[in-house]
Amino acid sequence: MTAAPVLESSVNGDRLELFAKGPWTAHHAAELEELVNQQISGTASASAVSIDMSGVNAFDTFGAWLLERLMRGFRKAGSNAGIVGLNDNYTGLLHEMSDVNQSDYTPPVTRWTLATPFDRLGRNAEDLVLGIGPFVNMLGAVGTALGRVALRPATFRFTSMVQQFDRVCWQAIPIVLLITFLIGCIIAQQGFFHFRRFGADTYVVDMVGILVMREIGVLIVSIMVAGRSGSSYTAELGAMKMREEVDALRTMGFDPVEVLILPRLLALIVAVPVLTFLGSMAALAGGAIVAVSYGGMSPEIFIERLRDAISITSFKVGLIKAPFMALAIGLVACTEGLRVKGSAESLGLKTTDSVVKAIFMVIVMDGLFAIFFASIGM
Amino acid sequence: MYDPVIKVRDLVVGFDGTQVLKGLSLDVQRGEILGFVGGSGAGKSVLMRTIIGLIPKRSGTIEVFGVQMDKASEEERHAVERRWGVLFQHGALFSSLTVRQNMQFLMREHLDISQELMDEIAVAKLEMVGLGASDAEKFPSELSGGMTKRVALARALSLDPEIVFLDEPTSGLDPISAAEFDALIRTLQQTLGLTVFMVTHDPQSLHTVCDRIAALSDGVVVAEGDLGTMMLSEHPWVKSYFRGKRASGGYKPLVSENLGA
Repeated sequence: MTAAPVLESSVNGDRLELFAKGPWTAHHAAELEELVNQQISGTASASAVSIDMSGVNAFDTFGAWLLERLMRGFRKAGSNAGIVGLNDNYTGLLHEMSDVNQSDYTPPVTRWTLATPFDRLGRNAEDLVLGIGPFVNMLGAVGTALGRVALRPATFRFTSMVQQFDRVCWQAIPIVLLITFLIGCIIAQQGFFHFRRFGADTYVVDMVGILVMREIGVLIVSIMVAGRSGSSYTAELGAMKMREEVDALRTMGFDPVEVLILPRLLALIVAVPVLTFLGSMAALAGGAIVAVSYGGMSPEIFIERLRDAISITSFKVGLIKAPFMALAIGLVACTEGLRVKGSAESLGLKTTDSVVKAIFMVIVMDGLFAIFFASIGM
Repeated sequence: MYDPVIKVRDLVVGFDGTQVLKGLSLDVQRGEILGFVGGSGAGKSVLMRTIIGLIPKRSGTIEVFGVQMDKASEEERHAVERRWGVLFQHGALFSSLTVRQNMQFLMREHLDISQELMDEIAVAKLEMVGLGASDAEKFPSELSGGMTKRVALARALSLDPEIVFLDEPTSGLDPISAAEFDALIRTLQQTLGLTVFMVTHDPQSLHTVCDRIAALSDGVVVAEGDLGTMMLSEHPWVKSYFRGKRASGGYKPLVSENLGA
């Protein structure tokens, strides 16, 4: 077998004769394309061209298309081109090629320009503003579903809610405890390290207590729930959307919001306060252990200081926020889940969106709550 | 001329406690369209997936183009893989790429050719399977079932393979589309000189395009040959498949055509 394809030419009066040899196949397409393009661009207005294909020992779609391209090139230049000696087995393929690529088709090219990042920024900002719509929509849909269920409690999917609760709360407890415990340790350690220099050791307990109870506990738990359960809600609902399961539910006369979203949302609204409480306790325990082992404080004094520093108000401030955080996370996760389109890429994109937006919402809401509690004096 | 491109001998494949293929032997000859039939869950797709290396076998040998797949080096295996194309049952198009990018995925990987030529070839292949340049920029989620199958076939053919494996190519298509698809496979097989290994349920496909049929039952090939041989087989499963009530879809039209003529 000839190693490389060949296209020899000889001029015979005003007649151009081409001799093709070797394999005209996909494997040699790059060399072939060059040969063919050379012939097309170098045609010195021969009135007739004959292409002798008898030396070709392998031929496939790539070869056939390039031969067709050569022929079209000659025809465009006004020469009369003909093929001779093509193996009978290959003529069908060549014939097939004569009908293709007749329309002018140029694939769209997206080029990166200096304006691209600004363009993207503008579009993202637009999305951010317009993106509020679907969440408000979902909140309304959940509200109506809740109303319907309240009128006919028997239709509420309690089993589903319990199962979701098991996943988002019960199974999340170990990791939430571990992380909040470590955060408690770190805050206390940093407090002792820096406060010791001006003799304010004892105030570390105040700092740990207030920070954990009012802010850190609920914030860390919410962020973890957004990453752990919010993302799984989005991926789950997105996959169901992709496989038309959501549409199936709808055609069977069920409201997907009532069947899928309400139990998930309610499970989350119960789970986040529970996790917040447990997480706060773990963080305080972490702080206590560091206070005793690193700060050299006796446990009795730690407890005493803690009792002075935090009141039931600090505890309430943290816990009141929790269900609202849960609602925000759940709404974002479910809305993004139902916005998944057909492709795997869109599933990934929406899951990312869900987590990013949920965490953003959690932090914004925390700020709003801080203002609110400050103005009512809590 | 006896020139098998795929040679399977005493193949045993199983999952956990169950054995799906129990010492199966089968040859596929160069340039033929082999229809592979069997009941649901009999292991048709399992055989196909074992040949293309997606499922490990327990024992037996598989030879493709004379290369023993499990003894071959990675390079040899890649060389063989380049010479076959696979149409998966649900298309398995890459959902984040457009139709054109799906078509060019293998070309980009294996061939060093210009973007212009890749675009032309992609459109040429799309037109060969009955689609057009206007479909090239669509995403798989925007395609209908029939179009998905066509694009998947075009993608399987993108490197001009010598063997194509088709896993239920006409399932989920309406009878007209299925008939068109069969005709398309026949045309492509003739123009490109393909060897086709076709797993199917469709009696009409067996009747119209297959040169040879192999029937799978109880983990082995129980009957092999053209439609006539199948009709004469006394194996109970083959008998009920080819001569049962549902088989009329593939058989009766033949009779009525004769009457009409």
